[in-house]
Amino acid sequence: MDAHLQTFIQQLLNGVVWGSIYALIALGYTMVYGILRLINFAHGDVYMFGAFMGYYAARLFHVDQRPGVMGTILVFACSMAAAGLLGFLIERGAYRELRKGSRTVAYMIIGTAIFAAFNGAALHLAGGAAVLFGAAGFVAGGIGGVFLERNKRHAPSTSRLTALITAIGVSLLMENGGLLVFGADPKFFPQILPSRELNLGGIMVNSSLLIVLGVALFLMFALRFLVMHTRAGKAMRAVSFNRDAASLMGIPTDHIISLTFVGGSMLAAAAGILVGLANPKIDPLMGIMPGLKAFVAAVLGGIGNIPGAVLGGLIMGISETLVVAYVSSTYRDAIAFALLILILLVRPAGLLGTHVAEKV
Amino acid sequence: MIFSREFRVRTVAASILVATLGVMALAGCQGGGKAVLKVGEYGSMTGGQANFGISTHEGIQQAVDEQNAAGGIAGIPVEVTKYDDQSKAEEAQTAVQKLVNQDGVISVLGEVASSNSLAGGPVCQRAGVPMISPSSTNERVTKVGDFIFRVCFIDPFQGNVMAKFARENLKLSNVAILKDLKSDYSVGLTDVFAKSFAAAGGKIAVIQTFSKDDQDFRAQLTSIKATNPDGIFIPAYYTEVGLIARQAREQGITAPLFGTDGWESSKLTEIGGKALDGCYFSTHQSMDNPDPLVQNFVKGYEAKWGKKPDALAALGYDSAKLLMSCLTELAKQDPEGFKALQGNATPVNRDARKAAQKKLRDLIAATKDFAGVTGKISLDADRNAVKSAVVLKIKDSAFSFATSIQP
Repeated sequence: MDAHLQTFIQQLLNGVVWGSIYALIALGYTMVYGILRLINFAHGDVYMFGAFMGYYAARLFHVDQRPGVMGTILVFACSMAAAGLLGFLIERGAYRELRKGSRTVAYMIIGTAIFAAFNGAALHLAGGAAVLFGAAGFVAGGIGGVFLERNKRHAPSTSRLTALITAIGVSLLMENGGLLVFGADPKFFPQILPSRELNLGGIMVNSSLLIVLGVALFLMFALRFLVMHTRAGKAMRAVSFNRDAASLMGIPTDHIISLTFVGGSMLAAAAGILVGLANPKIDPLMGIMPGLKAFVAAVLGGIGNIPGAVLGGLIMGISETLVVAYVSSTYRDAIAFALLILILLVRPAGLLGTHVAEKV
Repeated sequence: MIFSREFRVRTVAASILVATLGVMALAGCQGGGKAVLKVGEYGSMTGGQANFGISTHEGIQQAVDEQNAAGGIAGIPVEVTKYDDQSKAEEAQTAVQKLVNQDGVISVLGEVASSNSLAGGPVCQRAGVPMISPSSTNERVTKVGDFIFRVCFIDPFQGNVMAKFARENLKLSNVAILKDLKSDYSVGLTDVFAKSFAAAGGKIAVIQTFSKDDQDFRAQLTSIKATNPDGIFIPAYYTEVGLIARQAREQGITAPLFGTDGWESSKLTEIGGKALDGCYFSTHQSMDNPDPLVQNFVKGYEAKWGKKPDALAALGYDSAKLLMSCLTELAKQDPEGFKALQGNATPVNRDARKAAQKKLRDLIAATKDFAGVTGKISLDADRNAVKSAVVLKIKDSAFSFATSIQP
């Protein structure tokens, strides 16, 4: 095989691996958006949380000392369960309250997040002091929330902007909480699967990359099956189509929304572990960039559209790798946002999205 | 009601502050007559570079304790006053101001990180207090002024060392470079290495770049592999290097990787594992060096702190040793000046003290072939140490002494 072609194919493969990870995260964004019209900015942090849960599970069950398939499945199961629970709690604790018209919890979260962010940025408080500081934010936010609720003089509280800002608050809370709980220095994901190099016609592939790709594809098809061929999936589609009408037809919309969060969070956790397998460095702020890029990927494919998220993720991964390979690593992050601007100019609904006229 | 309570809290807090300051001032006055030689130290005891600061401090403390156990300098004990700068440049400046103005130290030792030394240096320079940095390698540190010294080599030197090592010891002729675009350290070393390697008759195959905190280097490595190099120079820090090594081996790159002192951390092999076997990096000193000077230091350190010393501890030790040897010399040459340096500064001895500090500066500047744990140290006209570097080899997650390279 021609050496240049060989290099190119290798680069393409590098891109597909990252792309499939972006795709898994993008699926969570797109599912939640499809059903709630909410951009869940905390999603990238759920991915971080999943990676850390996988890290601790691997150490707890000593999978790092005895790498193997069963151990790996156990790590995936633990981490996905924990992240699913977290997704459920985020939805239950923050967004549902908001949907029901109460802002108190939202204020508490934003208050804590602001305090936590200040703490992280400026004060460098030690563990106990930081917790106290965060708790002060929580109480202050709560008091503010109750106070504002009492004087209902502001706009109806189902506004999407409030939900969006709350999502950013949850995200900041998780990042700073992660710094506090997991510590700021990076951890190194243990090798939970024996890996070796495979030579496919001159192209070197590490077995762990193939596993990343395989697991990602498997999860995407599992999701597709869930959404298209089960009752819950049907209900999900119905809620996404029209929540009020679905509710009138007897669909428990709150449960379906919870299910969506749990599913999306589990996919993000899986992505977190897969990243751990391929690039073993994890830290509490690792979710920010991939989260943003997966969001761009979801928009690129058409937000709310499941195959679109996968396509967007793959395009993102491949274009990033090719830019680094053939132009310069400086543009790695720029390309994502250049793509976003381009797609918003040319086809705002995304590649596979359908344009929906807003009712005014 | 709320305001009045807050007011009360504030009043109490302010009174406590005033009282504390008062007590501190009193305590400061009382120390006046005691005959000690006060040396200041600033370093990162907390924050991101805490490991660096703690190691350095332990090295300094060991040197001082050894000296005091041997009767101090001309019978006068040395006392170290230490402030934590929390790994921040602003704090470093404050810490040095405190040392110089409040504690009136004779001389200042610190810092590890160049940006912190650059913040503390000007304060010492203005006050005419000699400062010795144990391990700041950025060129600009000693350019602050003629009172600022260091006992380590500067960044470009390591580029020369590794170029020489790659060409002469590893016999490489076609080397690729992978550099961190966002780090001055990496960019500077790349330039020096490329120039010096080309001058020695080698060829640079390709220079690829990444940005700090990147995780995926496969695209760059694939491009590097296409040029078929017989070695890859990576002037970067351990986290990235570990990941790069793993990904390089995944892609079937078997050429040795080599780099500089940014590699030196136990984390390096924790991340990179087997992928780093047969790789090399340059650093200040190896604790395996059979030189008795090194081995005595290692033994003393282990006995005192219960752990193995690293290069930063050795540099801290050397900086304190160098300072104390110059003080000993001063005590011999100028007993009057030496007397003025004892205890705290008073309005009476201020000028004599200034003159003695100037003499101390001249003695430090004249350092030649000082036998330090990290090698023979001579200071050049720019107050930088001219000394040898060592190259370590990585095998089975351990670093071992490979060779020592003269300037």
